[in-house]
Amino acid sequence: MSALPRRVIAALSIPPSVGLAVFYVWPLLTLSFRAIDGDAVQTTLGRRATWEVAWFTLWQAVVSTLMTLVVGLAPAYIVARFNFRGRQLLLGLITALFVLPTVVMGAAFLALLPDGMNQSIAAVIAAHVVFNLAVVVRTVGPLWEQLPSDMEGAAATLGASPWRVFTMITLPLIRPALVAASSIVFIFTFTSFGVVRVIGAAGTRTLEVEVWRQAIQLGDIRTAVVLSILQMVMLAAVVVWSSRAQRRYSQPLGLEPSARRMPRRGSERRQVALIGITSFAVCGAPLFALAARSFSTPSGWSIAAWTQLGRTEVRPGIRLGIDPLDAVRNSVENALWATLFAVVIGALASLAIAAARNTGRFLDVGMMLPVGTSAVTVGFGMLITFDQAPYDWRAEWWLVPIGHALVAVPFVVRATVGVLRSVDPQLHAAAATLGASPTRAWQTVVVPFLWRPLTVGATLAAAISLGEFGATSFLSRSDSETVPIAIEQLLGRTGSLLQAQGYAMATVLAVVTIALVAAVDRSHQLRTLARSTINGPN
Amino acid sequence: MTIRKPASAAVALMLVVGACSSDDAATIEPAAITLVTYDSFPDAETSMNEALQAFSSETGIAVEILVAGDTGTMLSKAALTVGNPEGDVMWGIDNTFLSRALNEGIFEPAARPVGAELPPEFTQLSPDGLAVPVDFGDVCVNYDLAWFADADIKPPTSLSDLIDPAYSDLLAVQNPATSSPGLAFLLATIDEFGDDGWQDYWTALRNNGARVFDGWTESYYGSFTGAGGSGRPLVVSYGSSPPAEVIFAEPARKEALTAVIESTCFRQVEFAGILAGTEHPNEAAQLLEFLVGETFQAELALNLFVYPTNSAVELPQEFIDFAVVPESSRSVGPERIDANRSNWIDTWTSLVLG
Repeated sequence: MSALPRRVIAALSIPPSVGLAVFYVWPLLTLSFRAIDGDAVQTTLGRRATWEVAWFTLWQAVVSTLMTLVVGLAPAYIVARFNFRGRQLLLGLITALFVLPTVVMGAAFLALLPDGMNQSIAAVIAAHVVFNLAVVVRTVGPLWEQLPSDMEGAAATLGASPWRVFTMITLPLIRPALVAASSIVFIFTFTSFGVVRVIGAAGTRTLEVEVWRQAIQLGDIRTAVVLSILQMVMLAAVVVWSSRAQRRYSQPLGLEPSARRMPRRGSERRQVALIGITSFAVCGAPLFALAARSFSTPSGWSIAAWTQLGRTEVRPGIRLGIDPLDAVRNSVENALWATLFAVVIGALASLAIAAARNTGRFLDVGMMLPVGTSAVTVGFGMLITFDQAPYDWRAEWWLVPIGHALVAVPFVVRATVGVLRSVDPQLHAAAATLGASPTRAWQTVVVPFLWRPLTVGATLAAAISLGEFGATSFLSRSDSETVPIAIEQLLGRTGSLLQAQGYAMATVLAVVTIALVAAVDRSHQLRTLARSTINGPN
Repeated sequence: MTIRKPASAAVALMLVVGACSSDDAATIEPAAITLVTYDSFPDAETSMNEALQAFSSETGIAVEILVAGDTGTMLSKAALTVGNPEGDVMWGIDNTFLSRALNEGIFEPAARPVGAELPPEFTQLSPDGLAVPVDFGDVCVNYDLAWFADADIKPPTSLSDLIDPAYSDLLAVQNPATSSPGLAFLLATIDEFGDDGWQDYWTALRNNGARVFDGWTESYYGSFTGAGGSGRPLVVSYGSSPPAEVIFAEPARKEALTAVIESTCFRQVEFAGILAGTEHPNEAAQLLEFLVGETFQAELALNLFVYPTNSAVELPQEFIDFAVVPESSRSVGPERIDANRSNWIDTWTSLVLG
């Protein structure tokens, strides 16, 4: 798509650019200028240990990403192409694994591993694959779902085997989404923190872990910032590649609202059933282990953790000061704001990126950077930047949802830009020929395609905020404990009741996430249905 | 500082109005100050918070609690904001971080000396009184009473026992580079075996099958048989873990499940201080005084599972029954810790994980 007047593109790109500049670039520069000098750069980069950590970070991320792509295509395929019972539940499960706090999921995952395999690199990579399946399923899914099925049908009619249809037709068509998914998975596994700490052997370090160790445990902010910049530079290279590749591969397609249907033939049914059941088993097991732990006590099963969950007085006269209901309220409030910020900014950015040619690239890469920047660095940057009137914001409640939105926006953008680029320009030309002004043509032709990816992006944003990882955990908080914090608090204390309660809260978080994803998908399905009824079949 | 909830705004307003009306002559507005603390400090609803509210209604000084993360995060943030701090008083810097805190200059002296009457064993750690000792506890090797009874093995009684083949593959420890009890345990071994001996001890410990975890939660709940984990009846944890296991047992119980090996205990002392650059030095000093006073100190045991430094305070019964205060816990001076920390951790890492 193109043909938007320049000033409209510029207007679209101003809010995202300003947001990024104020809440990301400025804090980062402030911290860098404060902490770094030539000496720090020289000593840190001169250390052998730095490059060992960098090399480990890189290769485990490459392996994790490739495996996630290969494994994730199967569930992405059935979820995108077919309606089947349990489809939304499966989507919810996969998404929950992605967004639940890694420290909690790591513990659940660890409990499932056979003895010889825990605390190994293989276990770390396996966990990366399972936890990041959602990225492949949810990024590739929307495009795959709306691919016109006639080309595949034609190829099959001409005698191509299903494998050949997939490699010759489908794969090239979904390639932009695959590239997008792989860049997101790469960024997440490259910056892996919780999984590496909980599942990896003690002392296993990615750059992200090392930045945290230097800044928090050793109090060496200078080294931490240099490492954080090294991490960013390595990631930026990947993001630039992915952004280019996405452009190169994307092509206009006659997208259809949805080509999903029930599996028809016997072999198709078997295929869907096999992939579906396997996915359920793999994704359900950690969540099941999580729930089981909330009922488990040293002397057998008990529901005490659940019956006492809402009670703040855990033992007569003893309160922990952890209020689960309050935590849920805070989390939901944060998630609503974060989603609002992320969707508005993400939609504007996507439209600008898809419409602009060169300037769009900067915005595209720029929006992605916060995800790849060490959480400690962004958090501390905000702390020392927003510390004076008129921008003494470090204690403002909205800084937390903004921090979440910084991480969530790229997901909205990735989900949306791919679809926008694929909108057939002929539609646009047709609208113009029929006398529509460029802006009006764009409204009628492009905007309808926005809803689906935006809904997907909004769900991810809400879920990311509920799971709350990243920079905001380094912001100070006052009377606003969220669910992940409450879970960590409970699991950080001694006592079987408190441990079970921690897992009970994690189960609640998982269920809320699954319900949220299912609800959004369902409401979307209804709307699609309504639209296709109004517009008639394509 | 934004008061987020209308309810707390109303309470603050009532406090202000109440304070003003009760003292018509003085029209000075009482300050609202902020207590910066670590994340296991409850920010509402506990008897500790009630005690703080009592302080507020007595003095007219509203206290807001700001949770800054774990101790390391809190200190790193304080170091970055020296002179323009996030709050007025900080609670919870322990002796392994104390020197770093003092060297970074995060504290300023109180207008009048606070805590001079506290036991000298604690106050001598910060001789100039910048950091006031507020509580203490121990990090000790915990053991599973039932496991040793069932196996008919006598539990170990010293650090040296832990490298005895009779106890091979039984101990879980934490990485001192990533965990505070892990660092405390490393310091205990340095105290016992000295600058030249601890390296051999750790090589022996590794060869005897000690398993290292990055964090306390994974080691305690994941592997300690006394807490539903599998495989390890010995774990590095807190001296207060045994009473907590009784108090928070599910189902409720009266006898202890676990105990500590006293001679392995390393003393952790926590400090509070006035953050350099506060705009309310007088109110901050008043709060600091209150924090070491009997009323507040009496709340520490059951809320934070630590011992009060104020020796006038009586301990609750559960603590007397199940917690041990070792006769003499191990300690390493804060300056020595600060000077050697990186070096010790690097050496430990290559010895034990390398």
